[in-house]
Order: sequence, then C-alpha cells, then structure tokens
Amino acid sequence: MKEEIIIAGFGGQGVLSMGKILAYSGVMQDMEVSWMPSYGPEMRGGTANVTVIISDDKISSPILHEYDTAIILNQQSMDKFEAHVKPGGTLIYDGNGITHHPTRKDITVYRIDATEEAARMRSVKTFNMIVLGGYLKVKPVVKIENVIKGLKKSLPERHHHLIPMNEKAINRGMEIIHEMEVEA
Amino acid sequence: MSDTNTIISPENLIYKKTDVLLDNTMHYCPGCSHGTVHKLIAEVIDELGIQETTIGIAPVGCSVLAYNYIDIDWQEAAHGRAPALATAVKRLMPEKNVFSYQGDGDLAAIGTAETIHACNRGENIVMIFINNGIYGMTGGQMAPTTLPGMPASTCPAGRDVSHDGAPIKISELLAQLPGTCYVTRQAVHTAANVRKAKKAIRKAFENQQANKGTSLIEVVSTCNSGWKMSPVQANKWMEEHMFSYYPLGDLKDE
Amino acid sequence: MKELKLMKGNEAIAHAAIRYGVDGYFGYPITPQSEVMETLMAEKPWDTTGMVVLQAESEVASINMVYGGAGCGKRVMTSSSSPGVSLMQEGLTYLAGSELPCVVVNVVRGGPGLGTIQPAQSDYFQAVKGGGHGDYKLITLAPASVQEMADFVEDAFELAFKYRNPVMILSDGIIGQMMEKVELKEFKPRWTPEYIEENFPWATTGKKKGQERRIITSVELDPYVMEDFNYRLQAKYKACEENEVRYEKIMCDDAEYLLVAYGSSARICQKSVEIAREKGIKVGMLRPITLYPFPEKQLKDLAAQVKGILSVEMSAGQMIEDIKLAVECKIPVQHYGRLGGIIHSPGEVIEALEQKIIGG
Repeated sequence: MKEEIIIAGFGGQGVLSMGKILAYSGVMQDMEVSWMPSYGPEMRGGTANVTVIISDDKISSPILHEYDTAIILNQQSMDKFEAHVKPGGTLIYDGNGITHHPTRKDITVYRIDATEEAARMRSVKTFNMIVLGGYLKVKPVVKIENVIKGLKKSLPERHHHLIPMNEKAINRGMEIIHEMEVEA
Repeated sequence: MSDTNTIISPENLIYKKTDVLLDNTMHYCPGCSHGTVHKLIAEVIDELGIQETTIGIAPVGCSVLAYNYIDIDWQEAAHGRAPALATAVKRLMPEKNVFSYQGDGDLAAIGTAETIHACNRGENIVMIFINNGIYGMTGGQMAPTTLPGMPASTCPAGRDVSHDGAPIKISELLAQLPGTCYVTRQAVHTAANVRKAKKAIRKAFENQQANKGTSLIEVVSTCNSGWKMSPVQANKWMEEHMFSYYPLGDLKDE
Repeated sequence: MKELKLMKGNEAIAHAAIRYGVDGYFGYPITPQSEVMETLMAEKPWDTTGMVVLQAESEVASINMVYGGAGCGKRVMTSSSSPGVSLMQEGLTYLAGSELPCVVVNVVRGGPGLGTIQPAQSDYFQAVKGGGHGDYKLITLAPASVQEMADFVEDAFELAFKYRNPVMILSDGIIGQMMEKVELKEFKPRWTPEYIEENFPWATTGKKKGQERRIITSVELDPYVMEDFNYRLQAKYKACEENEVRYEKIMCDDAEYLLVAYGSSARICQKSVEIAREKGIKVGMLRPITLYPFPEKQLKDLAAQVKGILSVEMSAGQMIEDIKLAVECKIPVQHYGRLGGIIHSPGEVIEALEQKIIGG
C-alpha cells in the first residue's frame, strides 16, 4: 500500500497538524511516512499545504507532482492542485468559499462541508478532524484507533482532554462526506 | 669593583621577573605599552596562583603574538572575535579563568558587536583593552579611537570629525550595560600608574572568581612608532591629549 | 530500546546532538533551520547532560564561539542557513587553519543574497571548494533523510576529531523541514575533562606545571614554516580522500544511464528511477554522501558502463564540475535542476534525462 496525499488550504485551518496526525497514525501501525510542508510566510495566514505519504515500503521522494488524493480546503488550492490528482485518484473538498467546483471526470470527487459542520458543532477547532474523518471514510489507510494514538502523540499532554471531542469530529466527518457527480 | 654575579646575588635582589612571563624577546617597539601590560597580567596570574587554570584569548593587531610572552594556554582569535571565543571557553569550562586581550581596532571597530554583546550578557570574563588611538600593526592607520585632528596614514591631515565621526568612547558605552561589573581606564606610563593598573587587573580577575560578570580594563597607551614620536614625546603627548578625551579612573565598580 | 519518533530534520539534529553528548551549541536564528536551536532550548540539555546552548548576536559570533569551544577540545557545533553560513566563512577558514574540529549544519535555502527561504542546493561550491580564503577543505556530508540528519551528527563529529577539521552537514530546506520516522540512539555521556586532557593534548584546558603551553592559532609569519604547515594540511586531506568517501548506488548494476544527485534531490531522483524503470528505461543513481571527499573513483568506474550522466541539483550546476572532472570527458554529462527555491519533480527529471541524455 502506498498513499500519496496533498492537503491544501489556508494557514490556520489546521492543514499541517492534520497531516501530522495522519503521519503519526501511519507510524503507529508501523508504516513508512513522510510529511513535507510548505513553510515560511505562507504559514502566517496565507495558503498552506502539506504532502503526506504513507507506505508499506521505503519512501523515495517526499516531493511529488501528482497525488492519489488531494484534500482541498480553499479556492486557490483547488485551482492549483485539481490538475495534479492522478487519473483514477480522489479529490475531497470543503464547499465553503468554493466558486469553481472540480470539473475532472477521471477522478472521484467527494465533498465534505466541514466548515459548516464545525460551526454547527460549535467547535471550529475540530474542523480539520472532521475533514480527516471524511478522508478516512473514503480512504481507510490507517485505523481510527491508530489515529487516536497518533493524536495522543502529537498533542501535548495538557490538551489530551480534547481527544474525545476530536474523536467525535472524526466520526461526524465520516457521516457527512458524500460523493459528487461532476457536471460537464 | 663588583661583577655581574655579585649584583644578582640573592641578597641584592629587590625585584624578580615572574616566571609566568616568558623570556622570549618581545617584538614590540621600544616604548610600547603592550610589554608593560603583559608583565602586569603575568604578575597577577602568578600572584593569584591561577597559571594552570587561565586561558588567554589573543587578538589580531600588534598583540597577535601575545601568546609568545605569557606562559599559559592561549587561543588566537580572528580580528575582533576574541570576546566570542572567550564566551565559549568560559561557558564550557566555568571553573577556568578566561581573559581576552584586544586593541582599539579589534575591540572598538571590527569587533564592536562581539564586545558589546559579551558585556551585555555579562560573560564572566576579563577584557583587557589597549587603546593607543591608532592601528599599530598595519602601519599607523586611523583607529576608531584616533583623536580629532590627530594624523594617521589614512587621515594624513588629521581626523576630521565631520568626515570620520568622533572617536568612540567605548568604555563609557560598555559601562552602561548591566552585564559589566567593573569598567576602568588606566595607563602604564609612570610607576604610579603601573601600580594602579596592576591593582585594576587583579581586581578584574578577582571579580571573575567571584562570578560578578564582565570586567573591562582600558589601558590608554602610546604607539610612538605609529604616532611618529620618541617614547618620551609619546608619553607627554598622551598626557596632554589622550587623557583629556579619555580621562583615567573607574567608570563603574559594582 | 528502539525508540521511533516522527520529527523534522532540524529537530533530529538537535535531539541527536544532545544524545551524542555534544558539549555546546551556538547559533543565530534563520529560516529554515531555527527549529534546531528552538528544540535545544525546549529540551534544556543543560539540566540533563550539561550541554551549553547559547543564542549568539550573529553568525559571526556563533562560529567564533564554536572556535573557542573547539579549542578547548569540546564537541561544539552550530547550524544556520545560506546567508548565515556566508557570514561564517571567516570563522571556518580560521577553524581549518587552526586545525580545530567542529560541526556546522547548513540547511540551504535559495540565493544569491537574501534570496528565498525555500530549499536549494546552490551552496555546493561554498561548502566543498572552500568558501573562506586559503587552501583548506571542509569535509562535507549530505544527508538525504531525517534519519541521516540524526545519524550524521555523530559521523560528522567523528570525522572532525579524526582529522581535526571542521565538518559541514550540507542539508537543505526539504530535509530540514520534512518529518519522517527517526530512530534515535542511546544517550552517551559527554567527554570528561580527564578524557579530553588525555586524548587531545592540543586543547587549551589550562597549562599544567612542567607542561608546554598550548596555543591555538592560524598565524605564522615565517613563510617556510607556513608552507610546511600547508603541505601537512594537504597530506591530511589526501588521507581523507583515500579513506572517507561515502556514497550510495541505486540500481546501477544494469544501468545504461546514470543520475547523480545528493541530499533531497537524490530522494526526488530515486522516484525518477522508479518511474523510468517502469517505462523500461535502464536508469541508475549514484548518491554522493560525502561531497568532499567526492566519490571520484566510483564515478569514473561507472563512466565505463553508462552512456551518459545527468547531474541533478537544485542549482545552476555546481556538482556537475566534479562529475566532469571524475569522468574525464569520456561520456556526456549534463545538468538539470530548478533554481531559486523551486523543487524539481521526479517527472521533470525524467523529461530532462530523455531530452538531454537519451535523446541528446
């Protein structure tokens, strides 16, 4: 198994930490992982993206030009990364703020309105966990129990009381993600 | 008629050169203040019994070869960087005694940042600063401390303050920093001044042993070669011109 | 016990340094390597191993603090990124001239000038061809993974003390910023003052009675003595060239074409090799691990087997000069690489190989 993912959105959406939790989950089930962020001023409120690779075998390049899955959380990232999903690959996006929806027909497109859901759950900070839940529903590359272990590893001890809330968010994400028909 | 052996017989000895000062012939010009200051440092090291635990940091400038004269372990630094070396030596071996020895170009021009920040961190070291208002080693160019109107090879008509800025009173500046515990300005051109300077150097090493922070001893010095004077003229000129701009005495003693 | 952690390359450097028993780190913040000092400050090794960690006022100061520490026989290091490493060049030539061991990590970013904070490999010349003045060399290790960032701290210190010479770990923004699994080694005790005294008689730890004073210096006014010193340095470098070349060969046995790449570019090229092999193109890769000493002989041997070489670096073509010298113009050698912080993709490398080497 090898899954090559790009997660892209605004800084502050928890893009990097979502990637980190995913990578940690891979470590928990003894897989090879790499996590390569965009860094610098981009981190401060501009666009942010991270490439995560989870694989049974040793990972060669941490930098990719096409991905099995793109998780897209704003319009700029849609414009940039839709074309870089491998044919037959997966694109997951949050509809919030998206004006140009995906158009490719050779990939499977899912929509998850996590921004809306996080607001409804009155838990804006778990936005990225809703997205992660949705992703794991359609691409169960790591087990949920390992995600929880990964969360414990990547969160400082003082935040461990937030884990049940995050778990709830993951489950909610699994429920609300749905496949989209791509219109011509 | 007494021969030399009688003169140096033990009962006639009234002065002995410390063993910490080596017998190597000094390369300094006759009349230069470096030799005297070296001797004072060597005597203080001897008197405090710290020869085995003292590490000196030599600069770039006339005293680049200071390690040939004082019998302790030495490191020779790049131009201006002695306080950075001294910082690490002291931090990694806090039980040792560490001093840097620098001229005015080294300490107050190219190494100003290293000087200020070592003092500001209050590095627990001794800094010896020889201020003779000129670049001696490279042949008499203008120093950051060259007096207004004083000629040098790169300001042959004399230092023009409107062009080159005023000479920097770096000790006054360093005395402002909370990290320094002792900042003093001394000279070594008379026996009385030599005695005072030695006291100051000793105090600086004692401050280090008491973990008090940075001690800086400026020695206003002559460079008769660079100034193009005889040693006697140079001493006189220093008294008449240097001391009014760089007054002797303690700037800070805490 | 095997301890697997997920961390950035920069963090791995810091953890490895503490565990290896490094005595001092002196640094100045610069992107993309600030995590090295940040991690050290968060770990507080002064409370555990006694390691000194100090933020200097500049890279000029930090490399000279390294000089001071190295002169005492301590294991000391610094890290920076390109513009900061330029400032350190004075210190590096003094360290080499005074024959002092130390480790300097350069997490390279794009230049020239202030350039970009994005990754690049355009400091190869500076690292392996001198950087500072005088006939000296930096032993240069190029890690290609977070694991190697950790492992090379120890390797670098061993080489530094073996040859009494500064060693550079030439990394880049990719290896510094990416996270991978790392296995950290056991904690080792720092050297005791007695160990240093016994093994490094040159170290300025305070002159004992009856002992000659130790002088750490690079100045010598007698040109004949200075010439002899330079010959001795060169002999040392020759020994290093004979004994310390490290490299990795990937799918070279039946290769008709060869990619040569180091560091993060080697990771990208490894993917290119995988893709090319799927397409039926017989490509192999040589990854120099030591950039100085350079795997000259290995390249010369491979030049007798392959039809052409593509040097792939995130620069305008620097390592290619060493490759050309090694293969002595026997086969075509071309350069490919993106500049200024843009990272070439595995696909772009294959296109370049097809156009410049296979088709060319």
